[in-house]
Amino acid sequence: MSVDGSDRVGKDMVDAPRTPAETGDNAEEGIEFDRETNGGVGSADRDGDEPTVDPGLVSLIEGIEGASIEDSVGQTVIRLPKDSLRTVAEAAREAGFEVCADITAVDWFRERRVRYDVVVSLLSVSRNQRVRIIAGVPRDDLTVPSLVPVYPGANFPEREVYDMFGIIFEDHPDLTRILMPDDWTGYPLRKDFDVGGVPVQFKGSHEVI
Amino acid sequence: MTRTNEPDQTALTGEAAAQTGERPRRRTVDVWLTGTEEPDYTDEASQEFQPDDTERELAEQLGSVVDDDYFIEEQPQGDDERMIVNMGPQHPSTHGVLRLQIELEGEIIRRTKPIIGYLHTGMEKTAEDLMFMQGGTNVTRMDYLAPFHNELCYSLAVERLLGTDIPPRAQAIRILMTELNRISSHLVALATNAMDVGAISMMLYGFRDREQILDFFEKATGLRMNHNYIRPGGVAADLPPGWRADVTEILDTLPRRLDQYDAILEKNPIWVERTQNVGVVTTEEALAYGLTGPTLRATGLEWDLRKSNPYSGIEQYEFDVITGENGDVYDRYRIRVDEIYQSMNIVKQVTDTMPKGDYMTGDRKVAPPPRGRINESMEALIHHFKLFTEGFRVPEGETYAAVESPRGELGCYLVSTGGGKPWRMHTRAPSFYNIQGLPIMMADSLVADTVATIASLDPIMGDVDR
Repeated sequence: MSVDGSDRVGKDMVDAPRTPAETGDNAEEGIEFDRETNGGVGSADRDGDEPTVDPGLVSLIEGIEGASIEDSVGQTVIRLPKDSLRTVAEAAREAGFEVCADITAVDWFRERRVRYDVVVSLLSVSRNQRVRIIAGVPRDDLTVPSLVPVYPGANFPEREVYDMFGIIFEDHPDLTRILMPDDWTGYPLRKDFDVGGVPVQFKGSHEVI
Repeated sequence: MTRTNEPDQTALTGEAAAQTGERPRRRTVDVWLTGTEEPDYTDEASQEFQPDDTERELAEQLGSVVDDDYFIEEQPQGDDERMIVNMGPQHPSTHGVLRLQIELEGEIIRRTKPIIGYLHTGMEKTAEDLMFMQGGTNVTRMDYLAPFHNELCYSLAVERLLGTDIPPRAQAIRILMTELNRISSHLVALATNAMDVGAISMMLYGFRDREQILDFFEKATGLRMNHNYIRPGGVAADLPPGWRADVTEILDTLPRRLDQYDAILEKNPIWVERTQNVGVVTTEEALAYGLTGPTLRATGLEWDLRKSNPYSGIEQYEFDVITGENGDVYDRYRIRVDEIYQSMNIVKQVTDTMPKGDYMTGDRKVAPPPRGRINESMEALIHHFKLFTEGFRVPEGETYAAVESPRGELGCYLVSTGGGKPWRMHTRAPSFYNIQGLPIMMADSLVADTVATIASLDPIMGDVDR
């Protein structure tokens, strides 16, 4: 920080890293709970244009309590409570979003009150449009309705999210680990799963030796 | 089945069986010759399987009974009995460590279950521990046949959060590299697809031509694969002197070679027989299961992210989106060949119109100072040091960037909390989703078509498992 903070800035340092964020490294400063539950991300458009949201997409979340639609760096994002995830997905499929392009999750460990976000990217080939649905999942209720009945292609990615985060997709036909070994303990992409210090889990190695 | 040295007192000889009407039971033989009785050897036929072995024991010996909950169904008796065959993870034509559980009824595949994860190395976890500048070294190892596409996708996501403008020359170099990469990847797809159905010579030719492109990559980036050449902000270095001649040579050689491959494959009745109407998938199925790339285009849908969602200035160049009709293995093969021609077309246009200028953005927040400045300015040296030890900070936000990789839609979902490392980096791997389509394509097809179908998807297990 000292180099950036000092006044001895040369010609090449004119626009050296000096973002407002550099003062607050939240992970190190400890738990910060005063942030808004699920918002506050990507509200500013980096290109300076007015953020626009397709009015056709607003109808997807009509009548759903707690749902909001916003613009995140030029992309449309719907935030909603997890219970209405399948309802909105069905509505989106009816509205022409044929492809479930991606399902993943984010662990907001010690960053937000609602610990996990399940992120579903939908794609409409006919309309050449994308929408991202984000549903918060609290740590004491890790269940989310599965999207496999709506999009069969959600099968593998939901298994991956279960494997990596331990989020349980209800009504999934075969919710088993997909990338890690079946007898693995823990969920590797959680922030409290340490990168180092994992004992090598070889099955039956002691018997061989 | 337990074996015992005790002579089986209840065993009937053939003669006794004939009298009582029972079927003769299998004799146990005193192999160690410790018994008191003389071993009662009969004719050679008695050494074969005897009918008193229960069906279950016989099936166990033949390996056709596998205890797996997934496959429990009513087991028809007799010739209709279903058999589970385990293919992989070590199998030459699964393109890595793909494992398939295949349920067979005679020669017909009834059900398939892909089992993956043998190459999982936790790259998404690793990405959270690497700075944004270092991330390229990580993602480039995912799809190791299309490393440039991985780097480009990741860089686009970072740049979208940064809001950085990329100079035209860097964009043109990116298109040049990714389209050459598409050619080299499709050549390997052709080579391995043909090898899997028995055309070994095609495999050698495909890898030979790919090597010519990799030589150019090595000249430009220093490495044949895993380049870390496309970085947030531009590309790592300018093109080497004489690059135009190298690219022109590639473009001159390839059409001749592709004509030869047409002679090997297109005019070969065995190849055509083995690929047409094999592994068919419809447009609706492909969309429902998230299949993209040549697999989706083979069904007749004109969907290419280079057209529908152009990136890095590819909209300036003219090319066609190739589609098929039947969605079978042959169409996917044909699309790859024609896409090589289209990519050559793009590469030629890039070579002709390569703009002059910087290969890296002038934004000093992202890009290190020029080498010449470092030698004369202390601040520039410190700046360089800071950039490569602490890295640059990316504003808070989340975004998704997608490019058309040789296998389909390659996406990168990136979340930043304003620090020097991504909070979360997720890759939407095209092979991961394409593998999901295997059970539909292979249902009610013949065992012999399995390898042709797998190869036609061109799955890269590093991409699937990450």
